[in-house]
Amino acid sequence: MFKLVKRLTSVVAMFAVLFTFTTETMAAKKSKTLKNTQKKGFVRCGVSQGLPGFSNADAAGNWTGVDVDVCRAVAAAVLGDASKVKFTPLSAKERFTALTSNEIDILSRNTTWTLSRDADIGLTFVGVNFYDGQGFMVRKNSGISSVNDFKAGVSACTNLGTTTELNMRDFFNSKGIKYEPVTFEKADEVVAAYDAGRCDTYTTDKSGLAAQRIKLSNPDDHMVLPETISKEPLGPVVRQGDSVWEDIVRWSLNTMIEAEEYGVTSANADMMKTSDNPAVKRLVGAEGELGAALGLDNEWSLRIIKQVGNYGESYKRNIADTGILPDRGPNQLWTKGGILYVPPAR
Amino acid sequence: MNFKKILPQLLTLVVVILVFGFFSYNAQVNMENRGITFGYGFLSQESSFDVQFSLIEYDGSHSYFRAYLVGLLNTILVSVIGIIFATIIGVVVGIARLSSNYLIERTAAIYVEFFRNIPLLLQIFFWYFAALRALPLPEKAEPMFGVFFLTIKGFFVPAFVWNNLDIFIYSVIAAIIATIFVRIYAKKKQENHGIQTPVLSISIGLLIILPLLSFFLGGVDATVEIPVIEQLSQTSFTYKGGLKLPPELISLALALSLYTATFIAECVRAGVQGVSKGQKEAAASIGLTPNQVLKLVVMPQALRIIIPPTTNQYLNLTKNSSLAAAIAYPDLVLVFAGTALMQTGRAIEIVSITMLTYLTLSITISIFMNWYNKKIAIKEK
Repeated sequence: MFKLVKRLTSVVAMFAVLFTFTTETMAAKKSKTLKNTQKKGFVRCGVSQGLPGFSNADAAGNWTGVDVDVCRAVAAAVLGDASKVKFTPLSAKERFTALTSNEIDILSRNTTWTLSRDADIGLTFVGVNFYDGQGFMVRKNSGISSVNDFKAGVSACTNLGTTTELNMRDFFNSKGIKYEPVTFEKADEVVAAYDAGRCDTYTTDKSGLAAQRIKLSNPDDHMVLPETISKEPLGPVVRQGDSVWEDIVRWSLNTMIEAEEYGVTSANADMMKTSDNPAVKRLVGAEGELGAALGLDNEWSLRIIKQVGNYGESYKRNIADTGILPDRGPNQLWTKGGILYVPPAR
Repeated sequence: MNFKKILPQLLTLVVVILVFGFFSYNAQVNMENRGITFGYGFLSQESSFDVQFSLIEYDGSHSYFRAYLVGLLNTILVSVIGIIFATIIGVVVGIARLSSNYLIERTAAIYVEFFRNIPLLLQIFFWYFAALRALPLPEKAEPMFGVFFLTIKGFFVPAFVWNNLDIFIYSVIAAIIATIFVRIYAKKKQENHGIQTPVLSISIGLLIILPLLSFFLGGVDATVEIPVIEQLSQTSFTYKGGLKLPPELISLALALSLYTATFIAECVRAGVQGVSKGQKEAAASIGLTPNQVLKLVVMPQALRIIIPPTTNQYLNLTKNSSLAAAIAYPDLVLVFAGTALMQTGRAIEIVSITMLTYLTLSITISIFMNWYNKKIAIKEK
């Protein structure tokens, strides 16, 4: 009899657990991410496993990079403190599942915006923080100076589960070259295999090539071919179905770019409150009620600029000064010959 | 009284159903909320990615289902190679551990302790990157016997180009059937007249002569295609023609067999030690030769102890082959649960198919080993 009672209690306990889970799911409303983030006190951000310039952790575990800065900007806007971010390093394979299964709230991991990803698998891309394209790295002494020099039998190392794999096939097929794709799950293994001579070429986004080249044993023996074989607009991603959160992330990124356009920097942001230009005043929250539309206070954008800086500062700090890609190329403001053009904050 | 007995089971059943129901309901609700659709229709879509190494004809214009087959066959290939080598090394090391020669016994013991106590993933990385560092570039490779080239880009071996391959295969099948008949006949003769027939030599002879005859009479013809070095650019080379085994396959098979062999060696040692000494002495006392003692008395009894735990090791090896993704060997996990999953985003569908596939593979191995175990078990009369 005692045994029976014991079993019954355990069964009842299980039901209780099940019931709480179920009510939790039932109560899940459309826009919970913001509420959850404020409750937790930190932004959950998915980043790469180490790509210098974009998202890379130093020995002390401090993350830096332009992708990291997007998450920091959101933390500054939502929580008032750019350091309140929990970073989760993800492989290319894990990244979308981590986002759709609620492990993270922003995926800011040099992810290419494509139609199928945007429409098919429950994700929403909110913008572009880096315009990239796929390229090839080869050994300088190989005599290959253009993608037209590749011959049948060439072996190409790359990352698993990326748009790179598909572009590579399109490219070699269009040239009628039979090639050998060698795909690894982690970037570090790709670099090691290419470095050892397993592959004739290493192909990925050009920014990635520039960043990974530093990790090779003799970076100067290698070069990136001039051609770009694809469009790779990289940007942050959020889960589908939470439009408030989507707007917050989108406008946090836009704020950084717009701040550069109007010359607002982390150093002069406070002074800009008294600017003569109404657009600048709106941008730093001295005029208008833009924060309320996002469910935030009116200083949200000022905090982003003060704590993280504008896009130009972030680019300089992470990509230019580290020697990865000193030339901003297309990632320059539209007013200066680039293609960075964001809708106005008003 | 009866009801009290059934009640716990009934409740457990209800809870199990509820748990499964809850999880599938939860998955459905959440997928709907996030706009994820569910379905297996993607399997017939064009995969549009290529794979490095495939046993069947495949490129990106084939379907995702064909990519699945490519991955599955590669998994089976590395598992079969691994199982064969693990068994050979395991048996040799297991017997060496019983040797009365101190040096042999110690060497075997050190091997076992060393390889079974290091995580397998580390061993795979070690063999792969050690191989990559140690192997020569294609243009610097020293040919073995003039036709084998072991290089960083793979192991290039000569390939056979066949004419009338089907006739050759028929002749091999005929030879196998003939040896089975010889064995049945020899057993009958032994039981009825007590005369032993040299079955082994006859079988080997049959297996050589019949396929050879097909060359002379059946019009079978095989020419050897030797790999030839080819220049891709000023400093990069590869081999053309022949057969290419990628370094990923070699290092994965090596790591898997060296690791699993340690466990099989222990199974073998346990099995042989499990046969009581009196059995051997009794067999010797009725005048059996040492060879006959091993073959007719010790091994049949030892195998009964060896087979069940060895089955576990075969299953482990097959499942461990999924670590291939770390070193770019295109197995089921890398091709299907990796690239295909990423390109389609269909995590639930693809992971469920992959799990079912491994389950089927494991159960198939289990069924075969159980059948073999039953066959050699003591038959009570």
